[in-house]
Amino acid sequence: MSSSSCNNSACLNEARRVAIFGGTHGNEMSGVTLVNLWVKNSAEIQRKGVETKPFITNPKAVEKCTRYVDTDLNRAFTPENLSAPGGDNLPYEVQRAQEINRIFGPKESPDAYDVIFDLHNTTSNMGCTLILESSKDHFNLQMMHYIKKAIAPASCLVLLNEHPLLKYSTSRSVAKHPVGLEVGPQPQGVLRSNIFEAMRVILKHALDFIELFNEGMEFPPCTVEAFRVLERIDYPRDANGNIIAMVHPNLQDCDWEPLNPGDPMFQTFDGKTIRYHGSGTVYPTFINEAAYYEKQQAFVTTRREALVASAIRKI
Amino acid sequence: MKAWERVEEGKRQGRGKRKGRDRVDWMEVDEVVCLPRLPRVAVCGGTHGNELSGVYLVRELLKAEKKVMEKEEEEPLSVLMVLSNPRAMQQCRRYVDTDLNRCFTHAKLNGPIPDNAPYEIIRSRELNATLGPKGNPEAVDLVCDLHNTTANMGLCFIAYSDCDWICLHIFRHLQRQMPDVPMRYIHFDVSNKESYSLDSVGKHGFAMEIGPQPHGVVRSNIYTAMKVGVQHMLDWVRIFNSGTIFEGGCVDVFTMIKHIDYPRDNETRNITAAIHPKVQDRDFCLLHPEDPLFQTFSGETLRYKGNEPLYPFFINECAYYEKGIALSLARKRRVTIPAIRVQTEQQQRANEQEFASEEEE
Repeated sequence: MSSSSCNNSACLNEARRVAIFGGTHGNEMSGVTLVNLWVKNSAEIQRKGVETKPFITNPKAVEKCTRYVDTDLNRAFTPENLSAPGGDNLPYEVQRAQEINRIFGPKESPDAYDVIFDLHNTTSNMGCTLILESSKDHFNLQMMHYIKKAIAPASCLVLLNEHPLLKYSTSRSVAKHPVGLEVGPQPQGVLRSNIFEAMRVILKHALDFIELFNEGMEFPPCTVEAFRVLERIDYPRDANGNIIAMVHPNLQDCDWEPLNPGDPMFQTFDGKTIRYHGSGTVYPTFINEAAYYEKQQAFVTTRREALVASAIRKI
Repeated sequence: MKAWERVEEGKRQGRGKRKGRDRVDWMEVDEVVCLPRLPRVAVCGGTHGNELSGVYLVRELLKAEKKVMEKEEEEPLSVLMVLSNPRAMQQCRRYVDTDLNRCFTHAKLNGPIPDNAPYEIIRSRELNATLGPKGNPEAVDLVCDLHNTTANMGLCFIAYSDCDWICLHIFRHLQRQMPDVPMRYIHFDVSNKESYSLDSVGKHGFAMEIGPQPHGVVRSNIYTAMKVGVQHMLDWVRIFNSGTIFEGGCVDVFTMIKHIDYPRDNETRNITAAIHPKVQDRDFCLLHPEDPLFQTFSGETLRYKGNEPLYPFFINECAYYEKGIALSLARKRRVTIPAIRVQTEQQQRANEQEFASEEEE
């Protein structure tokens, strides 16, 4: 990625090649449906000066309407996986990761796609969430700022996952500017009209931003409120690893609301309350996401942070 | 009609073999129908392995059972706790090879099975041996099969009969004990011969379906409603067995009339529209002809083309996409239920004699 400072703006290359990924998890239906729609008829996603490619990343999982076949594709883009020999003997999603890296990468090379939007749904009550992988990606920060303004008064929150241990190798990480789009609540395997339309609107504004940027518009410095991932909290389990409590009714559906020390957090199956005993107030999200039971996660905690984005314009 | 003949009617009604519609005229409001005791009840969870309220509840009840074994009752109620589909539960999937809850027709339970039979066919026969056999006097008296749905249905009883007084009385009992939980009784008008679900194995049976809950998730409010519902059901059975008279009354019953599928692409069979936002989450809100029903991906509204207003339910149930069902539609009617009580021992003996001589015929 080439950038330089000219007149206090970060000067960045035009974003010429953009991809929209759907079906990274085969049962997250908004992305699957939108991408299938756009593969058939791409008029809605076309913008002047941009090549926008809609792409189903995990077709086998989509066909079976399951999250993944062998392993989670959205954790598979590790350097080890991307360079692993073995061809057909590799797990399906590792093969897919290598193929995606060939088409849209290689990851961390100058040839990689400029922007990848990766479309996801969650069973959590997160509303519209944009997921950022780096607090120093000024292009993405400006895009997210633009989107938030464009959809106001409707809200779209920014989740920053820069945590050295909790960060993971996503399909979108192949691009120079990876953008995760997570909309919920929606059960796996279900298509809800309101969720579908919300995701569509966000993408429309995101593509508008890219078009404006490529045309030479300068975006002044701005501040973006984000929620930075702190830690993952698992369900209470017994000695055999079985879950022994559920997300407490007071916490269920309260993504992004403050959780204070002493607040109810879990409820055992026989009705006892287990409270949060952290040192300060946190903002939980991904509360009761179906796919995370097996990943030992009931929710993640975050803290609020104001991220500063430099002015940007194209070179 | 002589009192003896009324007991006969009550016996037959108790097995739910005849329709309720022609009963109302002759039934006197203060006539008490006597029905056989219910000594054995089965509570089943995990019939669909990713419907987690039932999975976790039955697991907890199995744990608690070990502690409560010593508790003495005058006439202890035998409660069997069953995890119906362990392999599907382990993988947190609805089923492994085929939907277990469609494997309980007489045809599927009997006859030869091939060596490579689907897992669920083998399992349905095991369950039939434990809880049935279906249609046999050895079958458990009541099966309560626990389910979750992604549809906004609240708590529903789903049964094959609209004149099984046991199920209807249990439903009414739960309605009174849990007034804050939206509750409906759904009737699938399917004959005993064609009945296909696990709850049809017992002499009486119903599915307890609670939503909305995503599959693979347990929501505490949904779990608690199910736990409390099961508890009240078991309490009712104990109270019934002890001789209490339950007064008659009325229950609104929703009888399934038809299903409507999503509009689909002719070639790919992929859906081309979603449930309209005006219908989404509005289970049991009357749908009138010409009301919006679907919204295509290009924004067009498709309308309900039926000729009578009907009550929608199972709106946008995840598992029904593959069954070609976007929603189901029902007619509502008020069913009068008689007062009931358990048969005395004398009535029970006469009942058994009568049954034996029926069989001889």
